Amino acid sequence: MINLLIHFVLMLAMPPLLLGVINKTKALFAGRKGPPLLQSYYDLIKLARKDMVISQTTTWIFVAAPVITLVGILMAGCLVPLGPFHAPVSFTGDLILFAYLFAVGRFFTTAAALDTGSPFEGMGAAREVTFACLSEPALFFALLVLAKMSGTLMLGDLLHAPLMVSGQGDPASLVLVAIGMFILLLAENSRIPVDDPNTHLELTMIHEVMVLDHSGPLLGLILYGASIKLFVLGAVLLHILFPFQSGSALLDWGLFIVEMLGLAVGVGVVESIMARLQMRHVPYLLIAAILFCAFGFVLLVR
Amino acid sequence: MEYEIQNGLKLILAATILLIASGLPACFFGRKSMFAQRLTTAFIVLGSLVGWWGLVAASFGTPVSSIVWDWHLPAGHFSIGLDALGAVFLIPVFTIPMLGSFYGLSYWRQSEHPENGRGLGLLYGLLAGGMALVVLSRDSILFLIAWELMAMAAFFLAGAEDEKAEVRRAGWIYLVATHAGTVCLLALFCLLRQVSGGFTLSAVDAGSLTSGIATTLFVLTIIGFGFKAGLMPLHVWLPGAHANAPSHVSAVMSGVMLKMGIYGILRILTLLPVTEVWNGEVVLAVGAVTGLLGIIFAIAQNDIKRLMAYSSIENIGIITMGIGLALIGRALHRTDFILLGLGGALLHVWNHSLFKSLLFLNAGTIMHVLHTREMNRMGGLAKTMPVTAGLFLLGAVAICGLPPLNGFASEWLIYLGLYHSVDAGSGSIWTVGVATVALAAIGALALACFVKIYSTVFLGTARAPVHGQPRDPSPLMRYPMLLLAGGCIVLGILPQLGFPLLQNAVAQWMEPTDPAVPLLLSVAPFQWISGMAMVFIVLVVGGTMLLRRKIVRQAPEPMGTWGCGYAQPTERMQYTATSFVEMLVSLFRWVLFPRIRRPAISATFPAKADFSTEVPDPVLERVILPAFRQAGRNMMKLRLLQQGRIQIYLLYILSIVLFLLYWEQWGF
Repeated sequence: MINLLIHFVLMLAMPPLLLGVINKTKALFAGRKGPPLLQSYYDLIKLARKDMVISQTTTWIFVAAPVITLVGILMAGCLVPLGPFHAPVSFTGDLILFAYLFAVGRFFTTAAALDTGSPFEGMGAAREVTFACLSEPALFFALLVLAKMSGTLMLGDLLHAPLMVSGQGDPASLVLVAIGMFILLLAENSRIPVDDPNTHLELTMIHEVMVLDHSGPLLGLILYGASIKLFVLGAVLLHILFPFQSGSALLDWGLFIVEMLGLAVGVGVVESIMARLQMRHVPYLLIAAILFCAFGFVLLVR
Repeated sequence: MEYEIQNGLKLILAATILLIASGLPACFFGRKSMFAQRLTTAFIVLGSLVGWWGLVAASFGTPVSSIVWDWHLPAGHFSIGLDALGAVFLIPVFTIPMLGSFYGLSYWRQSEHPENGRGLGLLYGLLAGGMALVVLSRDSILFLIAWELMAMAAFFLAGAEDEKAEVRRAGWIYLVATHAGTVCLLALFCLLRQVSGGFTLSAVDAGSLTSGIATTLFVLTIIGFGFKAGLMPLHVWLPGAHANAPSHVSAVMSGVMLKMGIYGILRILTLLPVTEVWNGEVVLAVGAVTGLLGIIFAIAQNDIKRLMAYSSIENIGIITMGIGLALIGRALHRTDFILLGLGGALLHVWNHSLFKSLLFLNAGTIMHVLHTREMNRMGGLAKTMPVTAGLFLLGAVAICGLPPLNGFASEWLIYLGLYHSVDAGSGSIWTVGVATVALAAIGALALACFVKIYSTVFLGTARAPVHGQPRDPSPLMRYPMLLLAGGCIVLGILPQLGFPLLQNAVAQWMEPTDPAVPLLLSVAPFQWISGMAMVFIVLVVGGTMLLRRKIVRQAPEPMGTWGCGYAQPTERMQYTATSFVEMLVSLFRWVLFPRIRRPAISATFPAKADFSTEVPDPVLERVILPAFRQAGRNMMKLRLLQQGRIQIYLLYILSIVLFLLYWEQWGF
């Protein structure tokens, strides 16, 4: 019960901190002081208080989309176990629901972008749906490898599989899947090298350009949702990267938080040492993610 | 109990006759008589309701029943029967044409279409009745008669506007394709008669088959029925015929008629003895290819109805994948594969008939207002037609397989079945693994496709001037769509309601020796998803209402879209249907072969120029038509025999009959 409560508290409260850690890491690399760690929280509070500007071109989709996306991400977050603990909701076949809850958000985010009639937002929406056609197969391939490894179709048990099989399982295919999933994490969360959240030119954006017209609380919901998405997908990746368990609940929660912050530092390092790819090269990166997972599958069932 | 189910079958037979004859009384009234059209609709509705009554009555009895009457044809019997598999397919047959004909009362008013109104009504009932008879028949001769009744009714319906050259061309292609399929079916039934000894469709004894004959039967089944279902590359007739038919006809063709191909495959495979694993793998691969190519071709279309026709091909692919998985399960004696694969496929049959009919009827409404099918000339309809926009959005979300609507329910079952195979311990894991990823890709591509269609038609602003004031359709057109939308929601949240019937239908593929069959709900615990779906809906509606209240309280000033500082955006600067998918089309140009005509820019200040892109069907344009042209050239040599005199042709017939008699007598 306590663990369940901690799950929800962490899922709701921790994600904006990850953005702070990433930005701090990038600032350190650039020799700047950088914004405070809690800047994302201040931004969200500020946005929640603001008024909204709503274009006359738009329909109710524009207002509903951020809510639908956020709810989808939150419900997906309920299916993912954090560290060695159980997920709040777990049943056979929930791994498919997990993937499709993100897809619902994508449908409405892109539709809301096109709702404004702005060419820039159309551009972002087109890129989002195109790249998703490559990242979705990669995700299902990764899940397939884990399902094969664990012999279960419950996301909770399936993600704990590396914990069970470590030592006697197939570390090679786990490494390959981890690389594939890391690329997915960067792509799905619009990080460098796929997308740059801090760029100044709308023409080169993917996610940020889709939400150009959202303002105030609507923008706040979108930013908050995006950070939770990073948290949830990060939690999935951590199961593969660090399948360790100490045995004591308190220690395990502490370990999980440290791992998650470490992942954020890792993302920050990648962003600092890499340039973003040309838009036409992004598909190759995503195909590479599919291939990594595919090779993991091959190694497992050969 | 036995009495009741006989009764059910008799009621369904009566319903079939009512449907077939529904258009006849109207022929005695004037060409422009709306009363005649109402009469036809009344008969179709009455027939469908009687059919539903029969289904309900039959569902309380034992699952198999039949009626056999002799007739005066040289072969076969009038033999019909009803089982759970048939009942699954009869449900859409007794639903979609009923709603479609209701819609037609306002969409295709006889008073506005005196040239074909009566004929359309007559053929509409004939198509529905023919499909019911296909499902009922238990005799190859009767089956072929019903099959042709359905196919020809569809041909004339699709050619309703035959004054247009495009419609005629699509009609001819359909006619050739459907008869190519029928030829395979003729061969199939002849072969079946050889091995089973009669025209009755009954289970074939495994002992009487060599592996060669079993393979031939399997291939003929897939090809013969594949033409009707639209499996790649036999789909070539489908986009043209669906795009050019009146929308309430397209709804029935896509929503129900394609499924008759699926029904045929399932019916024949039920009769054949257990197949080998590779058969299932082939079907799974064909399904995956059909699904992937179907949705890739759909993405490239700019004609709203052609796009939806290709998306039907994609959905047929998903259904076929489920069937392939079930076939693998049959060969490996894995009841869970059969349960989830076939159960998912059958549920998807229902689901697709609901949301695709909904989308086609919606497309009809849009065309009624805008008089075009070209999406690049649409936009911004959500503000003037909010009900249509809402219904279309529901259909679009459902067809992408997104929770909480019904497309997700069936795709979830199929996914689950595919994931079940990871512990198969057989060679199939490769095929199944790749199929899983293919299904994921199909899902993501379908999302791109339907975001494109919904957004370019309903969101943003109009891309071309609209004549008149667009508004939501009349109640006659609206109610059938509302019912279909309601079906999508109910089957999305509570598909468990249909599980008992699906379980019975699936049981026909199990062997008596197979381990005990688990309940579908125990293998696929959908109650969890129902719960999640309800929480999802409550949270979304609640959250949106809260925001809405804040917006109303704040009363924001009217503002335009922020164009990154550009002060005078025009509607022509919006992303169009073509530009939205430009990246995807170029990513898949190796299967799409898009025709892009770019202007050559020469001077420093070039003159006004045109740019155009078009994606015709690659299979039709690059393979079938050139092959037919070449065949036509080679056949010219046979013109020698074509004298144009009827006497000569009679002579040919006589000589062939004599030759056959000679063969029969002495043999060679």
